[in-house]
Amino acid sequence: MKKERWIVVIAGIAVGIAALLLQKLGNPANMGFCIACFERDIAGALGLHSAAKVQYIRPEIVGIVLGAFGMSVARKEFRSMAGSSPAIRFVLGAVVMIGALVFLGCPLRMVLRLGGGDLNALTALVGFAIGVALGIVFLKKGFTLRRSYDTPKAEGTVLPLVLTGIFILFLAVPAVFRLSTEGPGSKHAPVLIALVIAIVVGALAQRARLCMVGGIRDMMLFRDAHLLWGFVAILATVLVGNLALGGFKLGFAAQPIAHSSHLWNLLGMVLVGWGSVLLGGCPLRQLVLAASGSGDATVTVFGMMAGAALAHNFSLAGGADSVNEAGALVVGGIGTNGKVAVLIGFAVLLVISLVHSRLKEE
Amino acid sequence: MIDARGLLCPMPVVMVQKEVKKSAPAALEVLVDNRCAVDNVSRFATNQGYAVQVEEQGADFLLKLSK
Repeated sequence: MKKERWIVVIAGIAVGIAALLLQKLGNPANMGFCIACFERDIAGALGLHSAAKVQYIRPEIVGIVLGAFGMSVARKEFRSMAGSSPAIRFVLGAVVMIGALVFLGCPLRMVLRLGGGDLNALTALVGFAIGVALGIVFLKKGFTLRRSYDTPKAEGTVLPLVLTGIFILFLAVPAVFRLSTEGPGSKHAPVLIALVIAIVVGALAQRARLCMVGGIRDMMLFRDAHLLWGFVAILATVLVGNLALGGFKLGFAAQPIAHSSHLWNLLGMVLVGWGSVLLGGCPLRQLVLAASGSGDATVTVFGMMAGAALAHNFSLAGGADSVNEAGALVVGGIGTNGKVAVLIGFAVLLVISLVHSRLKEE
Repeated sequence: MIDARGLLCPMPVVMVQKEVKKSAPAALEVLVDNRCAVDNVSRFATNQGYAVQVEEQGADFLLKLSK
C-alpha cells in the first residue's frame, strides 16, 4: 500500500513538472495540460467548431492516450469492454465539457491555475467539490450506468488508433487541418517534445490511476486520501515551480486565459464535478480509461469533443478577462447563451442522476 | 457474493461499503474484472479491518475478505 501511495505522489510530481515544462516550451500560461481545452482545440482543428483562436492538434492528448495504452498493455490491464450506457456517457461528456469551458479549464487545469496563483481556480475548486458532493448523493442512492461487457479487442483500440491516425496526418499534411495563427491555439510546445512528455505522463497516469475527481470523491465517500495525494502533489509541484520560475501571479483579475466572473466559475465546475462523478472519473481519467480498452470512455471523449463544438458554435464558452485601451479591467465571463447552457446542464445531470438511481431498484 | 464485474470505480467499492454497513459480514467475496477495482476494494477492505486474498479467475478476480 505504501508503494502505491508513492506511485501516486511521483506521478503527481511528474505531471506538475511536465506541465511547467510544456508552459516554458510554448504552451499557454497555466495550461501545460488542460484536457478539456486540448480536446476542444483538436475539435476545432477538425473543423467541428470555427473559433479560429482555439484550433490545434494537441500532441498532449495523443501522447497521454498512447502512453496509457502502452502501460495498460505492458501491465496486462488492457481489456476491451463497453456497454455501460454509452449514449448517456456521450451526453455526460458533453455537459462536463461545457461546464469546463465556462470556467476555462478541466479539473487538471484548475489545479495548474491554482498553482499559478489564479484565485478564480479556488472559486472553481469550491464549485468542483460541491459538484462531487452532489454526485455522491446519487451514488449513495444507487446511481449506476450499469455494467460493461467484454467486446472484441478492436473496440478498445479505437481512441489510440483514431488519434494516431489524426496525428500522423497532422505531421504529414498539416494544411488539411484548421490551425490557429493567433490566440491560445497558436501557443504550443514543439510537437514531438510535447508528444514524448505526454506519453510519459499518460503512462504514469495509467499506472497511478490519477484522477482529479477521484481524490475528492474518495475522501468524501470512503475517507480515503489515496488519490488526493496525486492532486496535492501536482499542486505543490506547480506552486513551487511557478514561484521559482517567476510564473506565480496571485489574484483574481486578468489571470492568463481566465475570467473572474465568480458565480459562473463556480457553477461551471459544479457541472464538471457532478458529471465526472457520474462518469467515474475526470476528463484525464476518461482518456486513460479509453486507452486501456474502455469503449464507454471512448464514447465519453467523443461526447466531450461534441460538447466543445457546441460550446464554441453557440458561444457558450467563457471569455477571458482583458484590459482595455484606457487600462481598465474588462471582466470576462459568459453571455446569456452560456448561462442558459449551464442551467440546461444542471437539468440534464439531475434527470440522468434521478433516472439511473431509480433503475437500480428494479 | 458481490458481483461487481463490468463496473468502474468507485462502484465496486460503493457496493462493498454498502454491504459492510448493512451487515458487517465476517467474510465477503467480491468478484471484479479490473486491477483498479482490485486495488480500490482491497484498500477499502483493509482500512475496514479485513484481510484480503485475491484469486485470479480467468480474466476476473475474486477477492476474499475476512475478519
